[in-house]
Amino acid sequence: MRESLTIEEIEGQIVDEFSLFDDWSDKYQYIIEIGQKLPALDVGYKIDENKIKGCQSSVWLHAYNKDSKIYFEADSDSTFVKGEIALLIRVLSNRTPEEILASDLKFIDEIGLRQHIAVTRANGLASMIKQMKLYALGLASANQ
Amino acid sequence: MSQQDLQKTGFHIEGIRKQFPVLRESAYGHPLAYFDNAATTQKPQVVIDAINLYYSTYNANIHRGVHYLSQKASQAYDNVRTGVATFINASSDKEIIFTRGTTESINLVASTFGKKFLKQGDEIIITAMEHHSNIVPWQIACESSGATLKVIPMNDSGELDLASLNSLITNRTKLISVVHTSNSLGTVNPIAELIRIAKQFNIPVMIDAAQAMVHEIIDVQKLDCDFLAFSGHKMLGPTGIGVLYGKSEWLEKLPPYQGGGEMISSVSFEKTTYNEIPFKFEAGTPNIAGVIGLGAAIDYINDLDRELIHQHEMALLKYATTQLKNIPGLRIIGESTNKEAVISFVIEGLNALDVGMYLDTKGIAVRTGHHCTEPVMARFGIPGTIRASFLFYNTTEEIDRLVKGIHEAKKLLGS
Repeated sequence: MRESLTIEEIEGQIVDEFSLFDDWSDKYQYIIEIGQKLPALDVGYKIDENKIKGCQSSVWLHAYNKDSKIYFEADSDSTFVKGEIALLIRVLSNRTPEEILASDLKFIDEIGLRQHIAVTRANGLASMIKQMKLYALGLASANQ
Repeated sequence: MSQQDLQKTGFHIEGIRKQFPVLRESAYGHPLAYFDNAATTQKPQVVIDAINLYYSTYNANIHRGVHYLSQKASQAYDNVRTGVATFINASSDKEIIFTRGTTESINLVASTFGKKFLKQGDEIIITAMEHHSNIVPWQIACESSGATLKVIPMNDSGELDLASLNSLITNRTKLISVVHTSNSLGTVNPIAELIRIAKQFNIPVMIDAAQAMVHEIIDVQKLDCDFLAFSGHKMLGPTGIGVLYGKSEWLEKLPPYQGGGEMISSVSFEKTTYNEIPFKFEAGTPNIAGVIGLGAAIDYINDLDRELIHQHEMALLKYATTQLKNIPGLRIIGESTNKEAVISFVIEGLNALDVGMYLDTKGIAVRTGHHCTEPVMARFGIPGTIRASFLFYNTTEEIDRLVKGIHEAKKLLGS
């Protein structure tokens, strides 16, 4: 199932899910719920070189590639940030570098998340996206 | 004193709240409960009106125009300088320098004092509870001069270990810069005592009074501090305006901070002479609207019964402290016996950001994180806190909402 859906299609699914919620409070609680379900990252990967430091929370991002696709695993000390991570992983993991680099992640705006995070330096979402894309870029260049 | 008792004394919270238009706003359908006053206070209508009136009726550049508007604006601007001097009991208007805020005020002193007086091996003393803005400017000054920075430690309650000051002071100590009231702990430091000790050794003292001005009556002559810095926006005034008070004997000795218009006496390509203080330190067109807004804020504060206001804030602090302490797993960071109405806390097993964001969904504005005091967080071994900082316009009902919100957050976030 998953294999056949494009990044845009997955983003569309997320937007649909969030459209069920009227207000920010419900969206917050949904993101917390997703965050609580995200499997913890293996402690062996919770090392400084995988750490993306935000002002108020830390993110550990582990990326690896298999069969020309990139897989992401991540964790955070904030459940909310874990929820954001879970969404990003759902969209960007198990993708080719080219797909990742071409993605514009419009869903973040569409579900109203950006206004709650972009104004703050509170969490590492922006840095995390940058890291994910950098990893894809690195792999794409290496493949050429 | 309970809120009911306070009202009997003539403190009418509803009347006060009406003067602050933002307090009528809602957030996500909930009435706004604003507990981020240590970051910036809300503005009374009179401050907003004063700025509006300036731009609407007498906007002009000051001190250089011969025309009616410029004279009117100049006079308003100069009057505020006098108002600030009176407000902190400076001995003269010329000891009041307008800056962009506390940060710029401290940078001004660190930079100019450093240039003139700091040499290799000299020492500056600060405290363990400084805001980054009273750490980094001194680090920069030390870096360029070869001086070193020494730190007065604090105890587990978040109180300064003043007894250690005597052993920190040496004949190389050139200045002590210390925060009056901690933004992250709420601690009110024994400033008068610290200055008394410093004066025995003839060491100048700078006070970061950013958090103090709206709560405490500050008298620079009584304190005998050499420099004092504060911001307009933390005392009901606009952002982008602040004050540096300096004893004139020091200000005369310090070199200019920035060059430009206004700060000069005469300019030629061979030799420029500088204007007298305070203008020597005010290069360029100043923040005229900001100054006028600050003036209105000071007028507003002067009209308050400050004793009564402070009693109300202390009642809020006591009420909130008691309520929060009843929450299992909640630990207050900063338990000095002498505090302003600021409560920093952590909740076992919960991330501060998650809790802060939950409270936000209920219209409750708190701040989370390290509050620009990373060394304080390191001292207590925590990454950050949730901070509720109160002002006289807050109510016990709002605190009840905060407490309820924390209980809900704990349930949702699983602690």
